[in-house]
Amino acid sequence: MTLVLSQLFTGISIGAVLLLIALGLSLTFGQMNVINMAHGELIAAGAYTVYVLQKVLSGAGLSLLIALPVAFVVAGLLGVLIEVLLIRRLYARPLDTLLVTWGVSLILQQVFRDVFGAPNVQTRAPSALTGSIHVTDDLVISSSRVFILVLALVAVAALTAGLRTTPLGRRIRAVVQNRDLAAVSGLATGRVDRLTFFIGSGLAGIAGVALTLVGPIGPTMGTNLIVNAFLVVVVGGIGQLKGTVIVAFTLGIVQSMVEYTTTVSVASVIVFVVIVAFLQWRPQGLFTLRTRSLA
Amino acid sequence: MTTLQDPVIAPDPTIQPATRRFGAGTGSRAVIGFGLAAVALFGLAPVVLGDFRLGLLAKYLCLAIVAVGIGLAWGRGGMLTLGQGVFFGLGGYAMAMHLKLTDAGPGQLPDFMQLYGQLDTLPWWWKPFASPAFALAATVLLPMLVALLLGLLIFRRRVRGAYFAILSQALCAALAIFLIGQQGTTGGTNGLTDIQGFFGYDLNDPLNRRTVYFVVAAALLAVLGIAWQLMRSRYGELLVAVRDGEERVRFLGYDPANVKLVAYVVAAGMAGLAGALFVPAVGIISPAMIGVVPSIEFVIGVAVGGRAGLVGPALGAIAVAWARTALSERLPSAWTYFEGLLFILPVVFLPGGLASLAVLLRRRTAKKEVAA
Amino acid sequence: MTGLTVRDLKVVFDGFVAVGGVDLDVPAGDVRFIIGPNGAGKTTLVDAITGLARATGTVTFDGQELLGRKVHRIARLGVGRTFQNSTVFEELTVLQNLDIAAGWHRGPLTLLRRRTSIPPRVQAALETIRLTAVRDQLAGTLPHGQKQWLEIGMLLVQDAKLFLLDEPVAGMSHEERDATGELLGELSRDHTVVVIEHDMDFLRRFARTVTVMHAGRILSEGTVAEVQADPRVQEVYLGHSVEA
Repeated sequence: MTLVLSQLFTGISIGAVLLLIALGLSLTFGQMNVINMAHGELIAAGAYTVYVLQKVLSGAGLSLLIALPVAFVVAGLLGVLIEVLLIRRLYARPLDTLLVTWGVSLILQQVFRDVFGAPNVQTRAPSALTGSIHVTDDLVISSSRVFILVLALVAVAALTAGLRTTPLGRRIRAVVQNRDLAAVSGLATGRVDRLTFFIGSGLAGIAGVALTLVGPIGPTMGTNLIVNAFLVVVVGGIGQLKGTVIVAFTLGIVQSMVEYTTTVSVASVIVFVVIVAFLQWRPQGLFTLRTRSLA
Repeated sequence: MTTLQDPVIAPDPTIQPATRRFGAGTGSRAVIGFGLAAVALFGLAPVVLGDFRLGLLAKYLCLAIVAVGIGLAWGRGGMLTLGQGVFFGLGGYAMAMHLKLTDAGPGQLPDFMQLYGQLDTLPWWWKPFASPAFALAATVLLPMLVALLLGLLIFRRRVRGAYFAILSQALCAALAIFLIGQQGTTGGTNGLTDIQGFFGYDLNDPLNRRTVYFVVAAALLAVLGIAWQLMRSRYGELLVAVRDGEERVRFLGYDPANVKLVAYVVAAGMAGLAGALFVPAVGIISPAMIGVVPSIEFVIGVAVGGRAGLVGPALGAIAVAWARTALSERLPSAWTYFEGLLFILPVVFLPGGLASLAVLLRRRTAKKEVAA
Repeated sequence: MTGLTVRDLKVVFDGFVAVGGVDLDVPAGDVRFIIGPNGAGKTTLVDAITGLARATGTVTFDGQELLGRKVHRIARLGVGRTFQNSTVFEELTVLQNLDIAAGWHRGPLTLLRRRTSIPPRVQAALETIRLTAVRDQLAGTLPHGQKQWLEIGMLLVQDAKLFLLDEPVAGMSHEERDATGELLGELSRDHTVVVIEHDMDFLRRFARTVTVMHAGRILSEGTVAEVQADPRVQEVYLGHSVEA
């Protein structure tokens, strides 16, 4: 029983990391239909922000707290730069966006290598997050994992509330639902796009900060992470925040359970098969809006 | 009869029929093209290039074979497959398994299995690969079978566009992780290395390595021939129609899933063949050559050369691979920046690739002739 | 040749009733115009008949039930349609467009070979729609009116027996409209034609029968004169000029 619970929590924390990464994608990919392959490097940018701040500031806890807003802005601005320079020209060609942003990701990786060096770098976790919590005598969960889970849930709540209640959120939803109508109604869709991209990319920065607690920071840390995160958004249903949340945790739990009963190696294939099987049932993802269109 | 007005517009001489625009030309032009390619590959290259460079060219030609398949699936069929590494890998591993078994000799285990696997007997799924006929067939048929199964499942459910790209990429990641984990039976991260012989010929002998080059070159010509026939056929026209209006094709009574499936499966077979030839040409196959990164790198040459053409993808793949060798050894950092720009600049500013430059030039000269 | 029969057809999108219980009979050889204000459910009705929108009820054509079949299966039963925005394959030539439309029954061997001659049916359609001169031109370069004719030509070679045309003359010049209207009359000799149209002038000249839809239901049905005299129709169009 304890073992199951412990695997369950491992799954939930895998899911929380996936969710943090996928959350930004659910905005840029889900809402704007932009496949930003450089999202992983925006995560790395967030992680390197922690690294730099720790060089400047002494306290690990303080630098982590400051890093959250700073990484959000750093990654967000980087994302806006990519949007303005490249993606804006490609809204009609989503598949081409994928290739172009892959190029961006290669360049950013090399920038990281040239600035911070090719080997992974280490950050110090704040002492409050280095310990673990003993739920029962056998069930021990690490504080940093709990922190990431809380961070992911707070990010989801903030994003949901922001999209529902703020004027910006309403504009984003308006542009997503009918770009032409929004433009005709006097919305500056270009500005809304940039803001959406800023927030989506900023969320990648936050994910990067969280990842410094559980793994090394390196130039290519983002590449493998985003493959699964994109899957989460696809399976959750495009433009559906709740789908992203449910699928991230489900995928995390399935993965940890399968890994426990088999091996990491076999689990990777089984999880893929499960996803293809799921798409047989729901090819448009978990949640969809049914509309009349030929798309 | 109806009294439709005769059309007011005259045929525009600068607009070429689609078959020519796409570069899968008429019979005589194609024969000339194939002739030139054959002369360059079989006559020129072996004379001009030394053993080492010819070996490199053999490797590039393998990548070109993959590119021809991607050109068919993506350029003509609109399926951006980021997972060709899977098929390349299946073909490569099938070939390497057979060659490792022949290297080891009858009844013996391949070297790495004794090292890491602590195995006494060969795993059951290795056994059929001892047969050269089975292994050779598997290099092409196994990738095609996997593509058929996956394609049936996802095209029928109308998973397409970005979703298809992401799924194909995820399969790549899954397979790479799988292979790395099975060190005892697949060589893990190292892959299957140190291949010595190729169907009885010693690969350390430069002469035999030249022979491998000729085999690869012949395979590329054959693959180009297949793609050429597919592109100029009625099927090729239908494939473009599915790319541009999948739903519209449905209303004409076709099931677009089947149309896409053919191109996808053929592209997978080509990637498998390329992987199989890559093994004797380079001497190794490993997860690092089939994962997410190499798979997307297969696409870059196609984008640079011109995705919708016949020779554009192949030439683009060769050019990019050559540039990588030339630049990455001397200036590794500069190469990565350059590679990044290779993904960005042609796609943003020249979506038709270098092939479209040629078309533009031809059109400009044609206009000048008209003006003069 | 029997016609199209629709019974109690309902289409619901996420709770919104787009078509709410429609009965419709279009006898073979009819030229039926379906009119109605925006949002009346005209296009959705066609979507349901052709398998694009999920619907309940029954739709039979030539004695075959259409509902529940896949889009391409319905097309193979002889139901052809066009779309509001013309959807020809722009990167292919006129000839290639027609050749593809004529070919769902082709076997693999035919498909894998090159087209060496123009099939007679395609040639005949080219002449009917008067596009012979531009047959090697890319469809994307055709003016709007010719694209619409190409669509009709594609239905002809597709061997469709029921033509469902969604605003075929929108954006056409007067001459083009007249020519299209006469073509429709010609077609009705061996086809059943259903046209969704807003152009009342076009309707008066070429419709044989008219069905008026409003808010997902049939409001009125009959000849042009009967429908125009119907007070319910006048009420729906009140404030709008019927001429609009």
